[in-house]
Amino acid sequence: MNKVDIVEKTVINNENIPDFNSGDTVNVHYRVREGDKERIQQYQGVVLNRKGSGSNQAFTVRKMSGSIGVERVFPLYSPFIAKIEVKKYGKVRRSKLFYLRNLTGKAARITERDPNKES
Amino acid sequence: MSGLVGKKIGMTSIYAEDGRSVPVTVIEVPDAVVTQIKTAEVDGYDAIQVASFDKKEKNVSKALMGHLNKADAGAKRVIREFRGVAPEGVKVGDVLKIEDIFTVGTFVHVAGKSKGRGFSGVIRRHNFGGVGDSTHGQHNRLRAPGSIGQSSDPSRVFKGMKMAGRYGNERIKVRNLQVAKIMSEENILLITGSVPGTNGGFVEITNLKTEESAA
Repeated sequence: MNKVDIVEKTVINNENIPDFNSGDTVNVHYRVREGDKERIQQYQGVVLNRKGSGSNQAFTVRKMSGSIGVERVFPLYSPFIAKIEVKKYGKVRRSKLFYLRNLTGKAARITERDPNKES
Repeated sequence: MSGLVGKKIGMTSIYAEDGRSVPVTVIEVPDAVVTQIKTAEVDGYDAIQVASFDKKEKNVSKALMGHLNKADAGAKRVIREFRGVAPEGVKVGDVLKIEDIFTVGTFVHVAGKSKGRGFSGVIRRHNFGGVGDSTHGQHNRLRAPGSIGQSSDPSRVFKGMKMAGRYGNERIKVRNLQVAKIMSEENILLITGSVPGTNGGFVEITNLKTEESAA
């Protein structure tokens, strides 16, 4: 086995990571350190993008905070991620949903998909 | 202690204990055999000579094989010396493992042969800025070196003038890189940051204790 893969395997931990993709709505439980106290912050939104390979993967989550769009990039295998919950599966026709940035309100909706039925 | 020879495998990233993502270079460091210990009285300087990476015996000259056999090392591909007095108890024929020399968190120097870049212009080779604009009617001066000297006095180009030429494929040492992780079962050493040379190239990793200590 390739030695780089051996190293990456020590980082990859798929236990807490569900199967999700662009267009899905996820709730990320993120550990936040304030001084020496640690608490969990939740961040819910639509996955715009999954990128990277091996141990070096990341995904972008976009949510509307009031009328302002907020995007956050999470490293997939970061130890700060306590849990990822998939709230909704979305049906989309591309892997990068950057077009959502230009859409608001009803136009920015994503139709739901049944994850058990592969279309 | 001194150093070991490794093979650069490639780069990836791992997470530190505090959760930070750390870029690392994966270096394969197999066990090395001490083939000779040089001392100031006999050789004029102190050094420890190690051999690592197996090779077919038929491809090693008999003279070299005789030298390797003194340490019972078998046919080896890479033989390198590391300057400095050998630590007590180390003798010819000993096998050095990664954890004998390095500990996680300490700093090392890594030397290797940089990637050859062929005949390169001054912008790539000496970080020149080029001449003038890419537009406003100008042509063919964008990546030029500019003036290389004065006029009738001195009527020559000074030696050492930075010009285009062969670049890379030379020995480069990167100082003060931190050991991120040691996976001794796999003979893997992870060093933070990048390391000279191509993937698959050999690098010398030196423990700082033998050299001037790092700031």
